[in-house]
Amino acid sequence: MDCFFGNNLTWLPGAVMGLDIIAALIIFYYTFKHRYYWIGALEAVQLALILWFESAYGHSLAGSSPFIIDKLVWVMLAIATVIGGSIVVFAIGYMEEFQREHPDVADRRAFFFGVMVVFLLAMFGLVMSNNLLYMYACWEITSLCSFLLIGYTQTAEATANSFKALWMNLLGGLAFAIAIVLMGSQLHTVELTRFLAVGSGNRVVLTCAALLVFCGFTKCAMMPFSGWLLGAMVAPTPTSALLHSSTMVKAGVFLIIKLCPVLSGNLVGLMTLLVGGFTFFFAGCAAVSQSDGKKVLAYSTISNLGLIVCCAGVGSYAGAWTAIMLVIFHAVAKSLCFLSVGTAEQEIGSRNLESFDGMICRIPRLAMCMLIGICGMFLAPFGMLISKWAAMKTVVDAGEPLLVLLLVFGSSITMFYWSKWLGKICTYIPTKEKLGQTIHGVQWSSLWLLAYLVVALCAVFPLLSKFVVSPYLGKIYALPTEVIAENNFVVTGLMLLVLLVMALCYGRGCKQKKVLTQLAGLNNGDNQSYEGALGIVPITLNNWYLEDWFGEKKMCRYGYQFCIVFIVLGLIFVGGGVL
Amino acid sequence: MSIMSIVSAVLYLLLAPFVGGILAGVDRIISARMQRRMGPPLLQPFYDFLKLWDKEKQEVNPAQGWYIGGFLLFVVLSGVIFFGQGDLLLVIFTLTIASVLFVMAAYCSNSPFSQVAAQRELAQAMAYEPMMLLVAIGFYLQCGSFTVGDVLHAPTLSILRMPGIFLGMIFIFLIKFRKSPFDVSMSHEVHQELIQGMVTEFSGRTLALIELAHWYENIFLLGFVYLFFGAACPLAPVCGLVACALVYFLMILVDNCCSRVKWQSLVRSAWVITIILGFGNVVYLMIFR
Repeated sequence: MDCFFGNNLTWLPGAVMGLDIIAALIIFYYTFKHRYYWIGALEAVQLALILWFESAYGHSLAGSSPFIIDKLVWVMLAIATVIGGSIVVFAIGYMEEFQREHPDVADRRAFFFGVMVVFLLAMFGLVMSNNLLYMYACWEITSLCSFLLIGYTQTAEATANSFKALWMNLLGGLAFAIAIVLMGSQLHTVELTRFLAVGSGNRVVLTCAALLVFCGFTKCAMMPFSGWLLGAMVAPTPTSALLHSSTMVKAGVFLIIKLCPVLSGNLVGLMTLLVGGFTFFFAGCAAVSQSDGKKVLAYSTISNLGLIVCCAGVGSYAGAWTAIMLVIFHAVAKSLCFLSVGTAEQEIGSRNLESFDGMICRIPRLAMCMLIGICGMFLAPFGMLISKWAAMKTVVDAGEPLLVLLLVFGSSITMFYWSKWLGKICTYIPTKEKLGQTIHGVQWSSLWLLAYLVVALCAVFPLLSKFVVSPYLGKIYALPTEVIAENNFVVTGLMLLVLLVMALCYGRGCKQKKVLTQLAGLNNGDNQSYEGALGIVPITLNNWYLEDWFGEKKMCRYGYQFCIVFIVLGLIFVGGGVL
Repeated sequence: MSIMSIVSAVLYLLLAPFVGGILAGVDRIISARMQRRMGPPLLQPFYDFLKLWDKEKQEVNPAQGWYIGGFLLFVVLSGVIFFGQGDLLLVIFTLTIASVLFVMAAYCSNSPFSQVAAQRELAQAMAYEPMMLLVAIGFYLQCGSFTVGDVLHAPTLSILRMPGIFLGMIFIFLIKFRKSPFDVSMSHEVHQELIQGMVTEFSGRTLALIELAHWYENIFLLGFVYLFFGAACPLAPVCGLVACALVYFLMILVDNCCSRVKWQSLVRSAWVITIILGFGNVVYLMIFR
């Protein structure tokens, strides 16, 4: 019988069914209102499948543990609570300003915050569920909430993008529903732990795993489903931050990480790591050509998720370890990046990277937060030790030469786009007007909390590995291995210390004579203009975006083509064995 | 960590500037002879360094010196990890941090010349980093470890099974040593199209520190060459040192034979070489482990 913390939960299956139906009704309402009937049909099919399944098999499949709270779940709960929570707090200040700046957008803040909280609650349910029927219900609710949040401004673009997100996620939901039906009817269980215990030797297990992985792909925006996450940018910043860091996409990778044990060394695993690897590479390339701050962040998220999926697809101990660590660091650093870009957008009036020129002088504290977020993404120790060191070791050990190539090139390109952004905000221009007086106090509190979290995580992550991630994996894998040797932790710890000490020394050097910079004529005294033959000429400096090489359209086209081929072939080969 | 590794790390820390400076002097003499000049005395780089050190302290902004300090610190640190027989990947990543700090130093001045050069430097980093990573991965596949100590005590000469990786690495070392045809972001020539590129806005002590960092860097890059000849056999160290000398001579020779290319050709050629030589070799190592 369903039992949790000693409470008898006989009412729970019925309640979950009810949630499914309510979510479906809301989706029907919106799809009919905006005449996207085919999206409604997508929902109708899966609802019918689940309802039929429940009536045909539901009673015979009483599981023993509908919920499981292991260390991975604790991690996900902590991410959703702390990061999700701080984003909601941030939103209080942000939305006030947002409504002031956008008088044409109807003030639906109560609705906005309500949906956000439901979103986080659904995330809690999702990560705790061991019974896939419960997980499915929460999965649908997160899809619905993201749809509602993306469409908040009710403009034509926002509505179109929200429906794009909806249909992609519902497609994943359909795969989820089919996987549940297949699992229940063939393996007589709907519990994840029992399913994983059957092992990857069973063809039905492989097919279900392939479907669930596909479902994870849609949620965590692997190519070709990356479009919805990019479209989500039209929403107010807290929404993007929530989708990108602590919820939604993390639900997708969470499911794939949970499936790790059955992904090792088979076709499903191969499909997973190829899709992940190619997404990592091509999304990273696309980020180079973007000048819109939020878009760079979006592509970097997709790229990072690709790396997580790729590592999880290897399915080894090291792969799972790396994937989990990436999830944690990415959640914290990326939420910080998003919130600081959102705040900067409100202050400067643009989120184009070129307009962040000299931010370190204009809004020093905000620039500091952005700096910590960006360094957290690609420098020591997270960017180096985990996303490069551990990921590379994982794929080399897995013997996948193609992925080695994608990884070494992808990581170099990643460095390129982060560094040029970093350079832009660090440019020293004291003459520009100072900003930042109007940033709301709660925004600061969230920004600082996350900034300190990034630094703290860098310091304690060996402990995190030792006491949280390794014990969790130790229960799953028979032979625990040391992914990163301990002395490497020590060395990077020391480097972090050096960086911190350096940061404290900033600007404490001895007084030196100030001189002007070299310009193409007589410097006008402000380093911003010079006297040329035709009078005073202002200088403007722009970053490189290498459009010809890394154009967004081209990169996405390649990425989509590769990933579609891998997914289709994977599903055909794996599914073909069952039918 | 063994006593040996600590000793070699300390020796690196103390001696690298001297050896690096002398190498720079040798470089200038050989270059001069190739151009039918006499060239400066061997110790000229040290005289230059001391002269820069005594100059009036100037800066265009207070952040500059900070970044350069960080750059030097991390270059030295990566060398110390290398000679302390640490982890190869870690060495490469530490060097990456150093180069990011250097790029920031060029960026922060907001001068058109140094900022364009900073972009070029980033493109260069994008060009050479894949190969550097493949070098580490190659050693891992060949010797079963990323640790310098294990690579040095490999049973066989690594180069015999990693010739492609070796050649690829030599190619990208032209970029790292800032030699023509790949000196697009800054060069030791007095003038280029971007004045002095990355270092346009530096003078006096900060410029001297950049030179010092360059010496430190050169020494441990040559250490990478030596690694390919690291083996338990007694003749190996001799081969290694000879190889280092030959590689350094080759750098000077190429520097004097070629004219600067566009950064696009730099990135393209580095990537093609990386894929054909480096990646081809890695695939070979993966198949025949």
